[in-house]
Amino acid sequence: MIKILGMGCPSCATLEKNVKEALKQLNRTDEVIKITDIKEIMGYGIMSVPALVVDEKVLSYGTVLSVDEIKNLIKNI
Amino acid sequence: MSIFYPIQLLANWLTYSVFSIAPKSILAEAVSFFIFDTIKILLLLIVIIFIVSIVRSFLPPEKIKKILSHNNKYVGNVLASLLGIITPFCTCSAIPLFLGFVEAGVPLGTTFSFLVASPMINEVAVVLLFGLFGLKIASLYIVSGLIIAILSGIIIGHLKVENLVEDFSNGKKANELNLSSLSWKQRFIYARNYTFGIVKKVWFFVVIGIAIGAWIHGYIPAELIAKYAGGNNWYAVPLAVLIGIPLYSNAAGVIPLVGVLTEKGVSMGTALAFMMAVTGLSLPEFLILRKVMKTKLIVIFAGIVGVGIIFTGYLFNFLIK
Repeated sequence: MIKILGMGCPSCATLEKNVKEALKQLNRTDEVIKITDIKEIMGYGIMSVPALVVDEKVLSYGTVLSVDEIKNLIKNI
Repeated sequence: MSIFYPIQLLANWLTYSVFSIAPKSILAEAVSFFIFDTIKILLLLIVIIFIVSIVRSFLPPEKIKKILSHNNKYVGNVLASLLGIITPFCTCSAIPLFLGFVEAGVPLGTTFSFLVASPMINEVAVVLLFGLFGLKIASLYIVSGLIIAILSGIIIGHLKVENLVEDFSNGKKANELNLSSLSWKQRFIYARNYTFGIVKKVWFFVVIGIAIGAWIHGYIPAELIAKYAGGNNWYAVPLAVLIGIPLYSNAAGVIPLVGVLTEKGVSMGTALAFMMAVTGLSLPEFLILRKVMKTKLIVIFAGIVGVGIIFTGYLFNFLIK
């Protein structure tokens, strides 16, 4: 399961868009959930958003990954 | 300023030869001033933001949290203020930053030192100050900003106001994050993206600010401004601070304007206080912080920083004649 952590800033929306595009290019149908609750976000130990979490593991934080970077990160999961 | 000489030549050439404006006229003066400043500032912004971004890629907030949670309070205040220089501050990162520090056991005073230094001493403001005022004023700004950040944090630390912070703990401890290290290629990509992101966001304000500045530079008489904002008016400094509070988002455009105003007789202390208020006291930041702390604490925070800025303004009006 793929989670995007962020409280609704513009870069969080961009990350979500890129993740969905990456999934489409990889022909995958994983569920993408947006987490906007600050308490829940803090539970992952990150302080910079947006963050990408796959299967409860933080893969990136504080940066908007490009579609290709996301593909590289998730293709083996 | 000799390293900028080629840009001056280019600006002169464009003004006199390409646009064929008569030399020595007021218009020529204003146009060449505008071209020179715009090119100089945009170049400086790109170079400096890129360098700062590279440094920053070594110090994400998660790492800063770790550093600050292991220090005693006075060392912590100094370190937090220094680290605030290279950390970007945007209002959407304020809350996770604040909560992360509190949760990691960073003392409240240290956290506030960071919250003051991070927006006040940012690379865009420093570049504009260096490009338009020179090294001396830019250094004065950085040093006084640091002192204000350190002292405000120490004072807030002594006030014992921890009870004014909203409780956000959800009972369980945050996961320990594995800090992955980046390759140099990733750092360069990060710095490039960050630099262009910032320049894209501020260039328009910078150009407008310089354009209005160039117009004032050429057309507004110095006496008019000096009369209202010169060193002799006692109310110039606090007034400048009040006007500066709502202007945060336009800091990039405001600073070039102030640069020209000082040429026209606004005293340096007043100008410095104004710019510190623009960057250090921001209304959107206060509104966001309201979610994690009581209004009373925000008022205390803004009050201490505001008094520090006003004091700095008077001090430099007194020192720099």
